Amino acid sequence: MKRFSAFNVAALVLGFAFLYVPIILLVVYSFNASRLVTVWGGFSTQWYASLLQNQALLDAAWVTLRVALLSATAATVLGTLAAVTLVRRGRFLGRTLFSGMVTAPLVMPEVITGLSLLLLFVAIGFDRGFWTVTLAHTTFSMCFVAVVVQSRLLSFDMSLEEAALDLGAPPLKAFLLVTLPIILPAVAAGWMIAFTLSLDDLVIASFTSGPGATTLPMQIYSQVRLGVTPEINAVSTLMIGVVALVVLVTTALTKTRAARFP
Amino acid sequence: MPDLPRTPLQRRIATWIPYLWLLVFFLAPFLIVLKISLSETAIAIPPYLPVFNTAAEFGTKLRELTFANYLWLAGDPLYIKAYLSSIRIAAISALAALIIGFPIAYAMARAPRGVRPLLLTLIILPFWTSFLIRVYAWIGILKPEGLLNQALLGSGFVAQPLALLNTDWAVFIGIVYSYLPFMVLPLYASLEKLDPALLEAAADLGSPPIKSFWQITVPLAVPGIVAGLMLVFIPAVGEFIIPDLLGGSGTLMIGKTLWNEFFINRDWPVASAVAIVLLAMLVVPIVLFQNAQARSREAAK
Repeated sequence: MKRFSAFNVAALVLGFAFLYVPIILLVVYSFNASRLVTVWGGFSTQWYASLLQNQALLDAAWVTLRVALLSATAATVLGTLAAVTLVRRGRFLGRTLFSGMVTAPLVMPEVITGLSLLLLFVAIGFDRGFWTVTLAHTTFSMCFVAVVVQSRLLSFDMSLEEAALDLGAPPLKAFLLVTLPIILPAVAAGWMIAFTLSLDDLVIASFTSGPGATTLPMQIYSQVRLGVTPEINAVSTLMIGVVALVVLVTTALTKTRAARFP
Repeated sequence: MPDLPRTPLQRRIATWIPYLWLLVFFLAPFLIVLKISLSETAIAIPPYLPVFNTAAEFGTKLRELTFANYLWLAGDPLYIKAYLSSIRIAAISALAALIIGFPIAYAMARAPRGVRPLLLTLIILPFWTSFLIRVYAWIGILKPEGLLNQALLGSGFVAQPLALLNTDWAVFIGIVYSYLPFMVLPLYASLEKLDPALLEAAADLGSPPIKSFWQITVPLAVPGIVAGLMLVFIPAVGEFIIPDLLGGSGTLMIGKTLWNEFFINRDWPVASAVAIVLLAMLVVPIVLFQNAQARSREAAK
């Protein structure tokens, strides 16, 4: 193996600097005492304190958290069922349509997904608000769950479940007690992806939301349009912190599970 | 995989739940967009005249379908410019991401085996942080009095602050920054599989490293290059947040046009027609991408 050249080191250092410096600057300037985002005025946590006074932002954060928890859980159930169908069932009526519908939302521009779901809700007379955003998020994130779980199921050793079936376990029991525990890390990863997608989404939520259901990205977006303030840096830092925590906890959980199910 | 001789009821239910969900929340909405794109604009709530409400009406109403919205798009240079400009911006950004991403992926693939998982994690990690927040971070950097200009002025590289924010440059930077991991991951996957013995053999036979790079490394990385380009290009064409926050009034992108048509002009039929044309434009790159994926899966077997 050739030695690791200076060029390679430079590529990695510059590449990672490009990826991380903007995020680090964002976090650092959330502790800026000055109101001007780009002029350092000393260390301060005043913007975090002022977040607690910003009722609109707090309400939006609560809406977002509920939408993300509900839609990620529903998307995980639906996405896992879709993955099982795609991997386990051979031919069935409309298989091509089904697998097309599972993969298409992954590449569909958000503006189209948002517009089309909004038009559906209007057409069936469903009042826009909390539930429409949750349904919309469930729909697009279930496809991401399906892809993650599908790739895990492809490498799953079917003989384990077949053994349970041979020993007389009903199919549902064999799936829940044998297959599901083994693929659980992938299912957990799918849930996490769905959760962060929902937490992050601005475009689809803007189309499908209604009065009283402003999500955190929508609230941040409307404040950004008015101007850059350290308060937005502070709320961004908190969001990065929450996501980092979720990633760490899930990684730790899947590690211990993987140790138990080698 | 041998399927069970008959499909048990439980298994059929397991199929039908996600199937019905997608039919109702993915396919039906899409058909509604198609339908409304063929309706006439009306000042009402909802702001369009329905073309047909039930299947029974379909035959009689077929004559009332209007292509007026599509003709409107074709007749207004603004829309054509927005489509072309979206393709141009997405293509330039995808190429820039390739140029920046290739050395990173190459270095990752050449890194000692032990540190590769860490490097991969570091590439994926930004994905977990909010897209909106990552784009927002660049506003503070690119502003005329922002951090980049402070650094450039302070070091004497430029005498005048550069006007970066609200230009196409800021949009390029934003797209490359946001989608760089999409480029690096497939490139890394194909470069990692490259057998170093091939390059050693070429060197032993007297090929200079530069020549080996172009004749061996690059051709073997083609599946990764195609996948990376498509993974940046396809979402960038319909991008809304980046041109809206970083671009200027002169930056035309179709995602933003659709948004304005819907939220500001409240012209739902035209917004729907914009969506249908955007989708039609993306069909070719999506099919190209999926074919490339299928080919590399075949090659892996």
